[in-house]
Amino acid sequence: MPRDDFVIRIGGDTAIGGVISTGENFTVAAARLGFRTFTFRTYPAEIKGGHAWFQVRISNRPVYSLGDGCDILITFDQEAYELHKADLNEGGVLIYDSNLVAPEHDGFIEYGIPFQKIAREELDFVRGTNVLILGVMAGLFGLPPASLEEMVRNRYKRRAELMEKNLEALRHGFEYTKGIQKQDKFWLGTADHIARLIMSGNDAITAGALHSGCRYFAGYPITPASDILETMAVQLPRFGGVCLQAEDEMAALASVIGASYAGTRAMTATSGPGFSLMTELMGLASMGEIPVVIVNAQRSGPSTGMPTKLEQGDLFHAIYGGHGDFPRIVLAPASVQNCFRVTVLAFGLAEKYQMPVIILSDQSLSHRTETIEQVNVEGFPVMERLRPDGATPEDYLRYQLNDNGISPMAIPGVDPQTYVSPGLEHDERGHPRLSAGIHEAMTKKRFRKLELVRDHIDTEEFAPRYGDEPAELGIIGWGATQGSIREAVDRAREKGYKVAAMHPRCLNPLPEKRLREFIESCERILVPECNYQGQFAHHMAAELGVQPMRMNKIGGLPFTPGEIFAKIEEVLAHAYA
Amino acid sequence: MPTRDGAQAAATAEIETLTIKDYKSGDKPVWCPGCGDFGVLSATYKALAQLQLPKKDVVVVSGIGCSSRTPYFMSTYGFHGVHGRSLPIATGIKLTNPDLTVLVMGGDGDLMAIGAGHFPHAAARNIDVTCVMMDNQTYGLTKAQASPTSFIGHKSKSTPYGVITKPMRPVMFALTSGATFVARGYSAKPNDLTQLLQQGIEHKGFSFIHVQSPCAEFFNTYDYYDEHITNLPEGWNTQNLEKAMALATTEEKVHLGVFYEEDRPVFERTAHEFEAQINEFVLDDYLKRFA
Ligand SMILES: Cc1ncc(C[n+]2csc(CCOP(=O)(O)OP(=O)(O)O)c2C)c(N)n1
Repeated sequence: MPRDDFVIRIGGDTAIGGVISTGENFTVAAARLGFRTFTFRTYPAEIKGGHAWFQVRISNRPVYSLGDGCDILITFDQEAYELHKADLNEGGVLIYDSNLVAPEHDGFIEYGIPFQKIAREELDFVRGTNVLILGVMAGLFGLPPASLEEMVRNRYKRRAELMEKNLEALRHGFEYTKGIQKQDKFWLGTADHIARLIMSGNDAITAGALHSGCRYFAGYPITPASDILETMAVQLPRFGGVCLQAEDEMAALASVIGASYAGTRAMTATSGPGFSLMTELMGLASMGEIPVVIVNAQRSGPSTGMPTKLEQGDLFHAIYGGHGDFPRIVLAPASVQNCFRVTVLAFGLAEKYQMPVIILSDQSLSHRTETIEQVNVEGFPVMERLRPDGATPEDYLRYQLNDNGISPMAIPGVDPQTYVSPGLEHDERGHPRLSAGIHEAMTKKRFRKLELVRDHIDTEEFAPRYGDEPAELGIIGWGATQGSIREAVDRAREKGYKVAAMHPRCLNPLPEKRLREFIESCERILVPECNYQGQFAHHMAAELGVQPMRMNKIGGLPFTPGEIFAKIEEVLAHAYA
Repeated sequence: MPTRDGAQAAATAEIETLTIKDYKSGDKPVWCPGCGDFGVLSATYKALAQLQLPKKDVVVVSGIGCSSRTPYFMSTYGFHGVHGRSLPIATGIKLTNPDLTVLVMGGDGDLMAIGAGHFPHAAARNIDVTCVMMDNQTYGLTKAQASPTSFIGHKSKSTPYGVITKPMRPVMFALTSGATFVARGYSAKPNDLTQLLQQGIEHKGFSFIHVQSPCAEFFNTYDYYDEHITNLPEGWNTQNLEKAMALATTEEKVHLGVFYEEDRPVFERTAHEFEAQINEFVLDDYLKRFA
């Protein structure tokens, strides 16, 4: 039986170029035909040179994770071969440049092809090597070359000569495979041709922000958040907005706070180091009750850490960071599709509850692409900030103490109810008042809003449950690990284990009711996360009084379904021992 | 003096004229007796009244410090931020609502130390705000430490052996950073200061007004300034950057008046004009690029 769900990994030195683009082109062509794709990539931190790799899982069915290891390994050079051969699965295929790579012939199906030599001698077009490889990939694994040809045509629309040379390289690669005796079982077949979208997490966050009416963005470049800044710089002016490349992250968040105070929905995006710099201003936004959305695309820390690798290491900082007692909402999107929904939720919650909302994404989610279903925004509730209606300027209370803690916010230039947005503790009008009684009343007011947030997030949509009920093992995860957990749960259930998973999108406040129900229904709880300290497990222990088992990975790479599945077996095997 | 808003006010007639009193919040300033900041505050009330700016269209943004308390004494909109970040907060306000009149007010610590990283950028961008620095050459709120503008040799609680750092020159800093209106005033000359504030507010672009505003409590420099101040020379050409820099760095005298003026496009206006046509955001259209 041919296998139509497999992982292709491509590795090589970025100095030669084309590692990522070859993979991306193949992915887009497959996605356009209706295949589901899920990519993963790492870049070297160096500017030029250094090893990069890209992988795509392609399937005829929905895929939720990057998969396990790889089935097809394409190595541009010896280093790539050495680095990745251990990840090649049994029955896997090795494709390599036979003049540049000397493999050990240890049981894989091998196609050694002198790519560079062919490009140089037969095509007189060394730069066409990547496209030649694309042609070979299409021929070997059943991707109709027409879809790739269309992409080449689009890409070189305005450069006829280059277009012809690339098309020739593509066809040459495709024809070349006819002389190869195919020994493997990987074959894509035909897909459903249903139009889907192919986006990265950062793309989906940006789209969600624009859809939510975000018309001001400020950021300071940092991997892996820079492309949000770059996209906003292009897009915002088209819709009447402004994008600012700030002089640092403090300026970025400060200006976002200013923009929101002036009535515009506003966002900033950064990664750990920038997020650290923003901390004092997060407290200001919470004290002044100003809606802001902060994206933290986490990367490995501390300090500069591993800038191009993922880690879920900023949860403590997001939930607990900063001086003083202040409420903030922390959301964690679980997939590319979910990035859109969570961003829309972030803006809604920020506006309604007038406080900072942090979106904790991570490097893998920022830059991986997924084919996702068309976005349907029907049924998303509209959430707006409360404005002063009718109060005379004299009677207006910006920080009115009331049952729900939500008080009306006037907008400069629009509303006659002027006020001063304070960083000092203040009375209902916003005037500095440093008495114990006022501080207590105002602190409680600010935190009352956080309690109300639970109504929106303690729901099936934002704390979905998956798998068996009751279960022998329940897995609670957060952020980008959702897909690997889900696939691991599927595998475990196929083997007869009773396993379930819950993946809350809101980490502060927690969806307490649903989490407690879930925990009740499982004999034991496991929390896998990509950090050393078990930050979410710790948070859950503090908030819910439960001590889950922990599973921590700190290498800068995401969990694979196989790793989680192995852990499930280990835990449940122990349980029966 | 008719301004855009003044003219509008006149046109819609009957709108009552705003007086100095109208710009007061009613909260009493927390400053010590003799503080220069009283003079700056009253000059600010006067300038706003002379320009007849509607209260709802004015935002006074500050950082932290004695001087940064100013917004609380105003009846306009205000923003009391965190130490050093007044300029970026003001930048966000102006970028999203260019029609507002935005004043940034704060101390030498706020703008020249902790917030100094923002100052040259706001000036270089030419954001249309009026930045009023109330320079008392000390840290007032934290009680008498040295500041970036303290004189060499100044003995303070944090510099018991005397300051050994060359003082920053705010006017020079503004000029080299690209500020398009640079002036200096003295809190003890509130009428001249009112005039400078008015000009600064009317100027389209980044206006910097360096105000010598002595701290009577911790570093009383009234005698020094009464002796050292002098007006810029008669007939001073405000278009000459080189000469402005020369006078900004002299040490014999402290010149008052408008050092420099320049007409340069304002960041927030240009940034709103990148696209000739502004469209409504339509999600389905936007997502086509990902199909
Ligand atoms: C991040 C931070 N560091 C330190 C302080 C303490 N602090 C408050 S005001 C101030 C300096 C005030 O000096 P200046 O800006 O010159 O204003 P002045 O009080 O003299 O008017 C300092 C250091 C603070 N509020 N925040």
